[in-house]
Formats: sequence, structure tokens, C-alpha cells
Amino acid sequence: MSIVEIPQEEIRQPLPPGPLKWVKGNLFNNVGNTLITLILLPLIFFAIVNAIIWIVTQADWTPVINFPLLYAVGQYPRDQIWRVGVSLSLIIFMLGVSWGKWGGLLRSISIAVGLTFLLLALLPIQHAQLNLNMRLYLGSNLIWVLLGFGIGRAPFVKVLYIVLGWLLVPVISILLLAGFENSSFLPQIATTLWGGLLVTFLLSAGGILLSFPIGVALALGRRSSLPVVSAFSTIFIEGVRGVPLITILFMFSIILALFLPAESRIDRLLRALMAVTVFSAAYTAENVRGGLQAVPKGQIEAAKAVGMNGLQTMVFIVLPQAIRAVIPAIVGQFISLFKDTTLVVIVGINDFLGIGRSIINSDPEFVQLQLEVYLFIAVVYWIFSYLMSLASRRLETALGVSAKL
Amino acid sequence: MTNSNTEIQFKSEIPFYRDERVIKAVAQILSAVLVIGFVIWGVINFQRAAEARGMSLGFDFLDKPAGFPISNPPIEYDPSMSFGRAFVVGLVNTLLVSISGIFVATILGTLLALARLSSNWLLSRLALVYIEFHRNIPLLVLLFIWYFTVFAKLPPVKESITWTSVAYLNQRGIYLTWPRLTDAGHTFVIPFMIGIILAIISFVTLRKRRELTGKDTYYVPISLGLLVIGTMIGLAVSGWKPFWLDQPVLEGFNFQGGLRLTPEFAALFVGLSTYTAAFIAEVVRAGIQAVDRGQMEAARALGLNTVQVLSLVVMPQALRVIIPPMISQYLNLTKNSSLALVIGFQEVFSVGKIAINQAGRAVPVFALVMLTYLALSLLTSFVLNLYNRRIQFVTR
Repeated sequence: MSIVEIPQEEIRQPLPPGPLKWVKGNLFNNVGNTLITLILLPLIFFAIVNAIIWIVTQADWTPVINFPLLYAVGQYPRDQIWRVGVSLSLIIFMLGVSWGKWGGLLRSISIAVGLTFLLLALLPIQHAQLNLNMRLYLGSNLIWVLLGFGIGRAPFVKVLYIVLGWLLVPVISILLLAGFENSSFLPQIATTLWGGLLVTFLLSAGGILLSFPIGVALALGRRSSLPVVSAFSTIFIEGVRGVPLITILFMFSIILALFLPAESRIDRLLRALMAVTVFSAAYTAENVRGGLQAVPKGQIEAAKAVGMNGLQTMVFIVLPQAIRAVIPAIVGQFISLFKDTTLVVIVGINDFLGIGRSIINSDPEFVQLQLEVYLFIAVVYWIFSYLMSLASRRLETALGVSAKL
Repeated sequence: MTNSNTEIQFKSEIPFYRDERVIKAVAQILSAVLVIGFVIWGVINFQRAAEARGMSLGFDFLDKPAGFPISNPPIEYDPSMSFGRAFVVGLVNTLLVSISGIFVATILGTLLALARLSSNWLLSRLALVYIEFHRNIPLLVLLFIWYFTVFAKLPPVKESITWTSVAYLNQRGIYLTWPRLTDAGHTFVIPFMIGIILAIISFVTLRKRRELTGKDTYYVPISLGLLVIGTMIGLAVSGWKPFWLDQPVLEGFNFQGGLRLTPEFAALFVGLSTYTAAFIAEVVRAGIQAVDRGQMEAARALGLNTVQVLSLVVMPQALRVIIPPMISQYLNLTKNSSLALVIGFQEVFSVGKIAINQAGRAVPVFALVMLTYLALSLLTSFVLNLYNRRIQFVTR
């Protein structure tokens, strides 16, 4: 082991670290790159300047600014809108409780949610729909998330309670939103009146929650040693993956009714949710199957050797490893499910995109302002999708998925 | 452990409800009964509904006149033709937009991936912005933007945007100058095709021979020569003029001649290819990054130039990683072409939707549409999987 000594003066001194070094290293490090930089720089500059000028001075944002409640909840009766608010606050409260219990990624999400609502409450603009009551409600969500945090930190709150809470909250929310027949306190509100972000979130969250267990079951079914089960699962998965979502949506909204007893009627929104779930489950199944294949056989044999039965092996040994390995793929699938919920517009459901379209069609003047509306919708979808992929990356590092590869 | 009284009894009788074979058989029968029973229940319900409403399940309507127009059909069609014909027109439209979309998306996606991997920070960030923009916005929103705010807002015919008279853009679509075969041109096609086939055969066989024997078989010049000879013979036979340029000309209120792309086709084509390109870029980037850096350095050390490094060392290895996810992107694009419905481009799904209203037979029409997509998907993945199997590692 001998180390050749290099005289100090023969080492070329690199540029001292700093902006100059960065610019030279990343923009002008050779002739080709210098040329590219010199061409791109003015192009990008003018594009950005023109975009800002258009956004600030030329674009007319009336169809976006005038209808915040329409974008949020659609035609949901305005005197009953507190029901949406309570549901939302319940979820935010549960988020806070989970933050208190587990921290980590939930901490960032909770703080971001709380601050966003505070910001909305303090928005320095005059707006008819942003009255004092609305501002108070929006601001109260910060209190809910903090209150949840405090309760979550308390030692008497067990994990079981939080899991039960998360199972209960969606049920309570749906009952609250839908109401009951012949009730004066909670009158029934037809789902045809629901709309906007409310529907988009309901379909995405419902689709994600329902499609995940179905997808796992299908993946297990496809890998099953029972030929009948495996064949049914494979036919289902490949059949769904082979056709566009739009055909499945149409099947559920038009054809399904023909195959059910004549007297049964399934709600339109529920049919859309079923279609989205079925579609997403097939893709989730394939992702999970990839994870199942990545679990070494030795794990299963070891589990058997310590006396676990088939179910225990699956639940405690195989699935946790399999799902952890494919979390990025599954989150990616959930992001595309979130984006795919826009297709319900085609079967006449007013989700976020659908509300935008009906606002455009409501006024001949707005027909000229389609670009503004669609850009606004695109930005909102972009923010939520991007946040989901950001959260997925954080989750990956937290679970050490990428470190293993 | 010497106590002989506690000898384990290996031949203990397993009760039948814990016998694995019995459990498996019962589970299979149970699931089969459940699924088949569910299907039969649905069919019975359907038959009842069909009787009540007088619906029929037959495909005989396919021969009846369709009665609805299809704008700018790619093959001959008018409303007096049959539903079957209308369906074929829709299928051709789907194939047209899918194949051209896949072609452009692949090129654009590869360029984006290279830009993303560029050492120039600005270029790499620009590619990143493009990719993240498209990946996080629903395709439907992008299609609305392309159609309603770009292609449906083009100027009227008289004020067409033009580029050196080669292309015209206006409300009625895009008119392109397009090469078309002359009458004599048909004699050009056969020798030209023979030239291509001979060139491919000689390229493949001679290269294989070189790989086997190690001797240079000059496969590049020989196959190129065959191609040139075929083309020359074709040109000579057709009197050196196999093509003529069909230029769009303004006649009265509209353009005549040239290749016309409707605004609907243009919006769908541009929307699909720019959207899918963002996903393809990520696939290609992951593939290139999966190739070990040492491979590239070793190839350079052996004296290969940049083109050789890419074509002989990096790409063959990257393709192994790229092909499988690329297949699913191509399939996604094909399936996403069904969104044409919202902007009024008449491909398989839109034609099916109109046919349901016209013929009133939701179930057979729907079965036809879904089977078409299923067949397209299975066919595409079958062909590409064959190719995929060829380029994967041969485990020895």
C-alpha cells in the first residue's frame, strides 16, 4: 500500500464554490452548452415576461373569481353547506390526531393544511362569498387540526381509537352529506346537486380506499395456486386493463342497469365511483403482483417454519414487504386515478372540471374566457397531483424503499 | 428426549375439513359458483329487461344503413352505408390517431429525455418543467385547452395562417402540401418495395453471418446498395416522376387539394402526443440511467466514438429496461384516444356512442367497442412482447 505523492502545484485549483462556479459548471461548461444557454435564455425570458403580462393585465379572471363556492361544492344547497364544512373539519381533526400520534409526513401535511385555511381566511380581498362567517369557518380549521394534535399526543388515545375514527369519519361524512328522507334537520340532498371539488375528492378518495383492498385481493387471486380463482382474477384484470376507462364508465352508467333487477336503482354518483374503483383495482392488482413476486421464497418458507399458517404468512410476512416495495407504483396509480376522475364529466357528473364547463356555458361572455377557466382548473389539479407525488417521495425515503434498490 | 412414550404419531388422521386438498377443491367450487351464479343472475335480469323493452341482442343491425354522417372520413363513407362500415371508419380513425400519436410521442419523448439528462442546467430544467406540467394535469383538461382555446379558435378561411404556402391553418383545419402517387407512380411502388425487402433480408442475414464468423460481410453498404438499386429501377419504370405535390389552393370559400386534418383530429393528435411524450421521457430517462456508467466509460476506453457508444453499448442495454413500460405507454395512448368523444372526433368509441342512439342496441354495440379495444391492446402487447423477448438478456 504505497501512496504516490502528487506535488501540490500540479493540482489545478478549481474555482471557489459560489454562484460563478455554478454558472460556469452548469451553463457554460462547453461550446455546445454555451450555445444552448445563449439561445434558451432570451426565449425563456420573453416567454415568462409575456405570460406574466397576460396573467396580470390581459386575462379576465371573472369566471374563476366569481364562483368559489360553485367550484368547491357545485349546486349543493347553500343553506345546507355547513354539512360539507362539518365533514371537512372532521377529516382535518382526524388528520391532526394522526399527526399527534405518528408525526413524520403527517406533520408536514397537517401544518400545510392548517396554514392554507388560515391563509384563505385572511385573504385580503373583498368577495361576496368570503363573508365573516366563511372566514371564521375557514380559520377554525386551524384550531381543529391543532386540537386534534393535542388529543393525539395524549397517552390515553390508543392507535386502535384513531383507526376506528378513520373508519367512522367517511361513513359519518357521507351520511351527513346525503342526509335522510323525511328528516327536517338533515333533509336528503340528491347527488345530482353535488359538484365541484367535493365530488372530485369523494370519487378519488372513495376510489383509492375501495380499490386498494380489491386490488390486493385480485393480485393474490391471480397468484393463487387454485386454477379457477387464478383464471377469474386474470380475466378480470386483463379485461379491465385492456379497455379505456371511458368504456367502463359508460358500462356502469348505461349498461349496468339492464343487468340488475328492474326495481333496483343505483345512484349515479355511486355508479361512477364503482366504475373508477373497478378500473383502478385492476391496475393496483398488477402493481401489487409485482411486489408479491419480489418477496423471496425464503421468507414464506421461514414463516411456515416458525409455525405460521397461510393467512398469517400472507398478512404478517408477505404483504407488508410486497406493498412496501411497490408504494411508488401504487401512489402513481392513485395520482392517475385522481386525474382520471375528470372523465366522469362525460357521463354528466359535475366534478371540478364539469363545474368549470358549466360556468363557461352559463354565459356567452365566458365562452371567450375558456383559456382562463381551463388554466385555473389545470393549476388546481397540478397542485394536488404534485403534492401527492411529493408525499410519495417522502414516504419512500421514510420507508427506505429506494435505498434497497 | 429418550422417553419412548411421547413418540410422535405421524400417521394421525387429518380431519377432512383441514385436508388441504379438500379445502382447495371447496374454495374453487365455491368461487366458481359465486362468479358464474352472479353472471347468470345478471343475464336473467337482462333477459327480463330485454323482453319488457323489446330489445334485441343480435348483430344484424350492422348491415343496416347507419344514417349518420362522419366528418372527413379516412375511407369512403356516406350515411347510406351500413353501421358496420361506420364502425370500420371509426376503427381506421382510432388507428390513424394512435399510430401517428405514438410515432410523434416517441420522438418527442426521447428528445425530452435527452434534454432532461443534458449537462446544461437550463435545458434540463426546461425538460423537467415540461414533464412535470404534463404528468400532473388530467389529459381531459389538456384536450379541452388544445381544442377549445387553440384549434377551434383558428382564424376564418380567408385569414388563414400560412407558412410559405406549404401549410395553411384555419377554422376548417390544417391543410398540408402532401406528396401523392402519379398514375405512373404505381409502377414505382413494386420495385421500391422489393428493394426494401431485399435490403432488410441482406442486412439481417449478413449481420448474423458476421456475428457468427467474425468476418466483415459489408452488410451496411450491400443493403444500402440494394435499397438504392430498387429505388432507381422504380424511378426509371415510372418515368422518373412517381410523385406529384398536392398543394392546397383557395377556391371560393374553401381550400381544395392537399391533405386536410380536421381541427378535432389536430387537437386530439397534438394533445395525445404531447401528453404521452412526458411519460415516455421518464421511461427513456430511467432506461438510460439504468445503464451502468462503467459500461459507457469502458466503451470509450476501447476507442468507440459517441455514436458507437450509444448505438452499440448504451441503447441495447437501455432498451431492455425501456421496452416493457413503453408498451404500456403505447397502449395508454391508444386507449386515451377514446377521449376524442369530448371534442367530436369520430373514432371507434364516438361512432359506437352514436350507433347506440341510432340503432338502440346498447349491449351489442358496447360489446363490439370493448372487444375492439381489447383486441387492439392484446395484439399490440403481443407483438411488442415478442420483440421484448428477443432483446432481453439470454440467461445461460
